Amino acid sequence: MSSLILSVQDLGKRFGSLVAARDITVSVPAQQIVGVIGANGAGKTTFINMITGHVRPTKGTIHFEACDITGLPSRQIKGMGISRSFQVAQIFPSLTVFENMCAAAAIGRAPKTFIGHVRTPMRSRESVTEAETLLELFRIAPYRDSLAGTLPQGIRKLLDIGMALAGSPRLLLLDEPTSGISIEEKFDLMQVVMSALLSRKITVLFVEHDMDIIEGFAERVLAFYDGTVIADGTPATTLADPRVQTLISGPKVRLAAGAGAHV
Amino acid sequence: MARRDRIAAGSAFVAAAAAAFVLPDWMISLATIALANGLVVLGLIVMWRAGLVSFGQALYYCMGGYAVALLGRWAGVTDAFLLVLVGGLSAAVVSFLVGFLLARYREIFFAMLSLALSMILYGLLVKTESLGSTDGLNVIVPTFLGYAPHREKLLVALYLLVVVVCAAAALLTHAYFRSLAGALAIPVRDNEIRVEFLGMSVSRLIHTKLVISGMLAGIGGALAALAVGHVDPNMSYWTTSGEFVFITILAGAGSVGAAFVGSLAFESVRSFAFAMLPQLWQMLLGSVLLLTILFLPQGLGSLIKRLHWGRGAKAP
Repeated sequence: MSSLILSVQDLGKRFGSLVAARDITVSVPAQQIVGVIGANGAGKTTFINMITGHVRPTKGTIHFEACDITGLPSRQIKGMGISRSFQVAQIFPSLTVFENMCAAAAIGRAPKTFIGHVRTPMRSRESVTEAETLLELFRIAPYRDSLAGTLPQGIRKLLDIGMALAGSPRLLLLDEPTSGISIEEKFDLMQVVMSALLSRKITVLFVEHDMDIIEGFAERVLAFYDGTVIADGTPATTLADPRVQTLISGPKVRLAAGAGAHV
Repeated sequence: MARRDRIAAGSAFVAAAAAAFVLPDWMISLATIALANGLVVLGLIVMWRAGLVSFGQALYYCMGGYAVALLGRWAGVTDAFLLVLVGGLSAAVVSFLVGFLLARYREIFFAMLSLALSMILYGLLVKTESLGSTDGLNVIVPTFLGYAPHREKLLVALYLLVVVVCAAAALLTHAYFRSLAGALAIPVRDNEIRVEFLGMSVSRLIHTKLVISGMLAGIGGALAALAVGHVDPNMSYWTTSGEFVFITILAGAGSVGAAFVGSLAFESVRSFAFAMLPQLWQMLLGSVLLLTILFLPQGLGSLIKRLHWGRGAKAP
């Protein structure tokens, strides 16, 4: 295995009296594809929000490539190479798909100084090229000139993830990439996303509720329950864990047998 | 398209400069004030594109005007270029300072807070005897790098100064709109969270816009003060800000040129209405705005674009 890209130690977050996350200790080697599962409110999104700087942890540390990034602002973390997509696609509805991607590409490669932002053109040759490449990579080039606000849900999701990939991050966090997508389309969408991400050789953490997709795409699964990780391993071992079956995924075998057990 | 733009802008500049030697005096002084106010409108457009409407641009306008008046009075500076520069810079400093507060607010809260700030300056000026109280101050007669014209020649010199300053401001603002910081106005308006997560500070982007628009308003105020020869606290009153917002709606935020076209149209309509209907001129002005909103929702600027290129006036 290659070196660790993300190392989370004893991470915790309380909102007042509510403990949203506790005792999370996880290490992720570079280029691993990690699936994150858990019921609603189990702390998956809080976990992602803490890594990306959206939420400040109240306890513990986060290291990214040996840098301590605990509590840094989100844009600084993005600048270091961690990017994310959102459960509800976050796009710019009154710009076209291309302009959305171009904005992401231009921000990704802009110098981090104030003067740099004023002197860099929005449509430099490099950012236009990167935007075009990403549109092709995520197979949304046919929508290039449509207004993003008019796109169907699946295309929005792809655009959102494509924008997160602009600027070549080394770690990408996908918060429910298939939420809001019909069951028939989910697998195809993940196929497009994963082949795009694999071609860039980056580390991916994705939150997912569909266990078939977890089994199909993740190399490793983190199972969250009540703000902490209760199982961590390959999809086969994690999904076979009795606690995971009781608390998160449901007993697959019995369901298949038609016993109709509800947990 | 860029070449056509350049030709259009260049010919507009030449035509505006040539007009100084053709038009009657009253039209030149009207155009001087209109173009000076156009700078304030240009500043409003900078914010407008990011979804922010300021009802307090009069604060910076007034700062620019009073800076010119006081510099002439206390330091004896008469050079118009220096006066305008100081007027713009003093407004920029004020907008930089209040920007730390204003950049946190959006929508109606932003509009009302900016209005409140301008009314604070109004209150201060009205209460301060040494600054002329409600009477205001007279502005010295400017010189231009040693050249000291009088009467008609002064009128033309001031007009040409305004044209040159407006052209420079238009070029720089146009370049800003195409830069990353400027072009991100629409993303900021659409989705601030996304901009932050792409790695850009929204509050810094907005703060920059506040300083740019404050500086433009300050330069506009300085030029207006030189043209009128007098400043008074009404420059900071909220109706002055409202008038600038009015012109911005009339002009539309589609292009840089729209600010000046809109401002010229506004001043012309107002003079015309005042001459024709001394009792009802506001009604005529209001009707013009209403018709603009109904039939040209993108403002007069969109009309020019449509005539020239048959394309929508869309931001980058």
